[in-house]
Parts: sequence; C-alpha cells; structure tokens
Amino acid sequence: MFRQLIPIIKKEFRQIKRDRKVLAILTLVPAMLLLLNGYALNFDVKNITLAVYDAEKSSQSREFVNSFITSGYFTYTEYLTDYTQAQELIDEGKVKLVLVIPANFSRQLISGRQATVQMLVDGMDSNSATTIIGYAQAVTLQYSQKIVLHNLAKIGRKSFIPINYQARIWYNPEMKSAKFLVPGLIAFILAITGVIATSLSIVKEKERNTIEQIDVSPLKPLSLIIGKMIPYAIISLVAAALVLIAAYFLFDVVVKGSLVMLFAATLLFVCAALGQGLLVSTIADSQQVAFQIATLISMLPTMILSGFMFPIRSMPVFLQILSNITPAKFYLVIMRGIVLKGVGLEAFWEQIIYLLIYISVVVAISIKLFKKHTV
Amino acid sequence: MNTIEVQNLTKRFGQFTAVDHINFGVKQGEIFGFLGANGAGKSTTIRMLCGLLSSSDGTARVGGFDINKEPGKVKETIGYMSQRFSLYEDLTVDENIEFFGRVYGLSNGEIAERKNWVLDIANLHGREKSITKTLSGGWKQRLALGCAVLHRPRIVFLDEPTSGVDPVMRRRFWELINDLSADGVTVLVTTHFLEEAEYCNDIILIDAGKIIAGGSPKELKENYMKFPILEVQCSNVIEAMEKISNQEWAIETSVFGTYLHVSVDEEQSGREKIKQLLSATSIDIFNIERITPSLEDVFIYLLEQVEHAK
Repeated sequence: MFRQLIPIIKKEFRQIKRDRKVLAILTLVPAMLLLLNGYALNFDVKNITLAVYDAEKSSQSREFVNSFITSGYFTYTEYLTDYTQAQELIDEGKVKLVLVIPANFSRQLISGRQATVQMLVDGMDSNSATTIIGYAQAVTLQYSQKIVLHNLAKIGRKSFIPINYQARIWYNPEMKSAKFLVPGLIAFILAITGVIATSLSIVKEKERNTIEQIDVSPLKPLSLIIGKMIPYAIISLVAAALVLIAAYFLFDVVVKGSLVMLFAATLLFVCAALGQGLLVSTIADSQQVAFQIATLISMLPTMILSGFMFPIRSMPVFLQILSNITPAKFYLVIMRGIVLKGVGLEAFWEQIIYLLIYISVVVAISIKLFKKHTV
Repeated sequence: MNTIEVQNLTKRFGQFTAVDHINFGVKQGEIFGFLGANGAGKSTTIRMLCGLLSSSDGTARVGGFDINKEPGKVKETIGYMSQRFSLYEDLTVDENIEFFGRVYGLSNGEIAERKNWVLDIANLHGREKSITKTLSGGWKQRLALGCAVLHRPRIVFLDEPTSGVDPVMRRRFWELINDLSADGVTVLVTTHFLEEAEYCNDIILIDAGKIIAGGSPKELKENYMKFPILEVQCSNVIEAMEKISNQEWAIETSVFGTYLHVSVDEEQSGREKIKQLLSATSIDIFNIERITPSLEDVFIYLLEQVEHAK
C-alpha cells in the first residue's frame, strides 16, 4: 500500500507545480485574504467623527463637550450653528455622532435638576453604532458622576460611589479584531486548499479520463485517493503555518497555547476538509461543478456560519443548527482557545470529538460513493 | 486453450441490455477484432473483461482469472488502452512512463529498459522532456500504447486505439500491434475502421449487444458472401441503385462512394441484366467488374439481414 502511494504523491506534486491555476489558488489567495482581513476587515471603532450643536454656549456646556474630545475616542469636526445641519452631516456620512446640548443645560444642572442632551447616531453600520453609543454613554456617565461628587462636596458630604466599576479585558486586551480573525482566516484558507484544490484535482482525473488508466491497473482506488490527499494535506499545513507567521509579524498575533496542540487540531481540521473535498469529487463530474459545490459547502459556511465573522449565538435557531455542517465552527473554538486563551484539551475536547465524528461520517460516505462510481 | 473465454456475458443497465449473452474465445497471441457500430456494446464488453465493470450475468476468464471473482488478478495480467487519451497531459513523456512503471511495481532497472523501448516504438527519442500535451495525435497514441504494455502484459485490450489518428499513423500503429502479436501477446482490439479488421486473425461483429457473426476475415467472406458481387461504375449512382434494388435478381445493392455494389446469383447473367435495365434510362454505364468482397460488403450484408429480421 505505502509503496503504491509514493508515485502518486510524486506525480501530484509535479502536476501542482505545473498547474498555474492551482498554484495561484494555493498561494495568492491566502496571502490576499490575510492582508485584506487583517487590514480592511476591521471591527475596531476609533476616531469617531463628532459634531456639536450647543444651543447654550456656556462654560459648563463647553466643559461637557471637552470631556468627549479628551476621551480619545472622538474626533471633533464641526460646531453647528443650526440644528438642521445635523441631518445633513449624518446623511453625507461626514459625522457619526452629533451631540445636541439644549439652551437650559447649565441652568438645569445648577438648580439641581436633570438636564437632557441628545445624541444623534448614524445607525447605518449597526456594529459601530452600538460601540459609539457605548462610548458616548460612558463619557456622559463619567461627567454626571463628576457633577454629583462636586455637589456632594459642596454640602460637605464625603465623596462616595456605591459601586466602583472596573472592566479588564482578558485574552485580547487591545480588543484588536485581527487577533480574533486570524484563527478564522486559517480555517478559511484550509477550506480552500483542502476542499477546493483537492476536489478539483480528483475531478480533473475524471474529466481527462486519466482515472480509467488507473482503474485498470492493480492500484487500489483507496491508494489513489490517499496518495492525492497527502500533498494537499502538506500544503494546507504549510499554508496554516505561513498565516500564523505572517500574523505574528503583521498583527502581533502570538500563539498563547501549545503549538503541538495547534498542529494536531489543524491536522484534524485538514482531514475534515479533505473529506469534504473527496465528497465533492464523488458528486461532481467537471471541475467547474466541483468548484461551485466546494465553494457552496465549504467556503461560504466557513465564512458565514462558522462564527468567523458573525457570532453564532445571534443567528436564528435554524441557522444555528445549520452551522453544524461546517467543521470550521468547531475548529474555530479550538483555535481561538489555543491562540488567544492558551487553554488546553480540557477546554475543547468536545469539539475534537465532533471533528472526529465529522471526519468518519464524511469519509465513509465518500468512499462508498466513490466505489459505486468506479465499479 | 483460449486466453480469453467469454460465456453468456451479459450487462444490463436498468432496463437496457448493453451486452446480451455473448460467447467467444480468443487464442493466445492472436489479434482479435471486435467490431460494431457505436453503442453496440463493444466498450461495455471490454470494460467487463478488464475488471472495470462486473457482469450482470454470465462470466469470462481472462488469462485464466474470473473477471468477477478475481478482478485484481485480471488487472495485473492485462494492459488497456482507452479510446480517449488517458495519460497525464501535464506530465512529460518521461514522467508518464515512470509513473505507470511504478504503478505496476516495476524496478528502476526495468523502468529504464522499458522507457527506452517505449521511446523506440513511439519514436520519441529526444522528446523525453516534452509535456505530453504538446505531442500530436499519432505520437500520443503510441506513447499511450507503450505505457499500457510497460509491464509486459500477456493480454492487451485496445478500445478504438486509432480513432482520430491519420492513415499513415494508423498504419504504423498496426505494425506495432503485429509486433506485439508476434511476441505472443494476445491483442483484443475494437475498431470501426473496417479495413483495419482485415489485419485481424479473428473477428466478431456485435450489434445491439448480440454477436451476429464471427470468424476469420476469409471465413466471413466465404460463409456470408456466397453470391458474386459486381461493382458498377455509372453516371448517376443513386438513381441506378433505386432502379436495381427493385429487381428480384438483385440480392443486395449498396453504394460505395461513386460505385455501386450489386450481389447477383450468377455473374454473367447479372452483367446482362444490369446493362439491359440501365440502357432503358439515361444512366451511362462506364464499367462493370466482379470484385472480391471486402469486409465492409460482408458487414453491410449482415447488418441488413439483422434489420430485415426485425
């Protein structure tokens, strides 16, 4: 069996080397994805553009505005002279937040009554809007607190805040999305090399009829499949390693957990991807069809259903159930655990078991279909 | 004893019977022609004999091995070349030979020796490093044959090996087949070029999954063409055929290019009758000649008999 594999592996590498399309899929696509995802796909909200309509123009209202600017999250752009300008600015996307201070702002505060300010937020991008509201709330709350403390001090009471709130973010303290995205990106790239490239290479043998010459030889169909998969498994692992190295240099992503564990989990995921690739190749008869099916069952679910970009918990129940078709969902939990948290097997053994089950089911179905096809 | 022994071999695909209880035997070292129209069941039969398809009924022994029980052993014994080119077009000549050599478990020494032989027969010395895709049809075909017999199989199946190859290359290809046969290799070849069938030692003709005739080319001609055939050269072949085929004395009439072949019960009276019939029309007769029947005559005759029977 093993002696039969060597000529196939050798042949496969020669073909990959000569096939520019496959080479491009295997090298350029991951490189581009890494750069695009790392730099462009950024959920970080910084430099929120802010405009102010201050109907009072008192020293206190200016102090309140100032507390926004000094918070570091907002960039002050414009001072409005007319309330109607606010709509225009938000429509044109020039500002994300307009702060509206009423004419009685300081009078209300001085007389110990509640002052109301309005925040107009551009809600087009709901993710950023939520973050912006959070920041604005925090700044306002802090300023209110200051006034309360100041008032208490005036009447001779000791300053006291009932609950001292201190948030510390673990595992990704700078809240960088790159760190969150890199594990997903590796899954995505492996979906391309593992599923798409593998299925194309097997279907090519059908399309060009070369598989017939193998069928009449004493070579077992299983040897052919395994022999074809080994090169892609190697390439996939190398690609994963390159992404990790690039992520370290470009985005300071450091693997916190065990590299051995990471390698083992990745190997497992590669097997699942190869299984999917094999399944596609048993269904498809042309490279074009194979590419489409492979994209549909691997790339799209990996991107959308795996939790790579969108949290699974906020999906409708139906999609949450459907999300189990993608092994990337489970691989991501493992990878984020290892890369960001540095946790060990005890944290993700369930996912490992799921991947093992996934691999056995997919491979069993594929081999059954493959045999039916050839005999 | 026959190296290939086929007994009641049958293949059904659902309701459709592609191969219907066929029987034949092939002797060691002979060139055996397997003829029939496209879709007659040739490729299905070959695929069963190569162990690629299991039979629905009946069986066959190839090189002494049962095709259903020991397909693995069958595969080790045979070489197979398909009608579609099936080497790796993106590998070089060398790499293809090496790959198939390894697949059949040849040693380095054997591969080197056989590679030289393949390059000889395919006339590819100096082009070892060429990508196979860049070779023209005839060379590819001979390279494919070379790769199919790298492991010196005792039996070789060639499925339409010369389709899409020019006549000169086809001729050379048949020289190779003759060489193999001279070395004692049994060659079973399918073709739809009937002049190629003349090179075969034995032939069977298959139609709609059934064997309708078999024997050596000579036997076929003698057994089935008992009547003399007259080749008529005349001005309007189609019109002449319509006239003659209506006559009772014309047993069989068919057009061969610009000639007309007419089977008659007796040569001399046949000539007279044709002349008489056509002189009443505007058709000019240039020449009438008795010919020895070709296999094409035989097959057209046989296939028409089958048509009539239906």
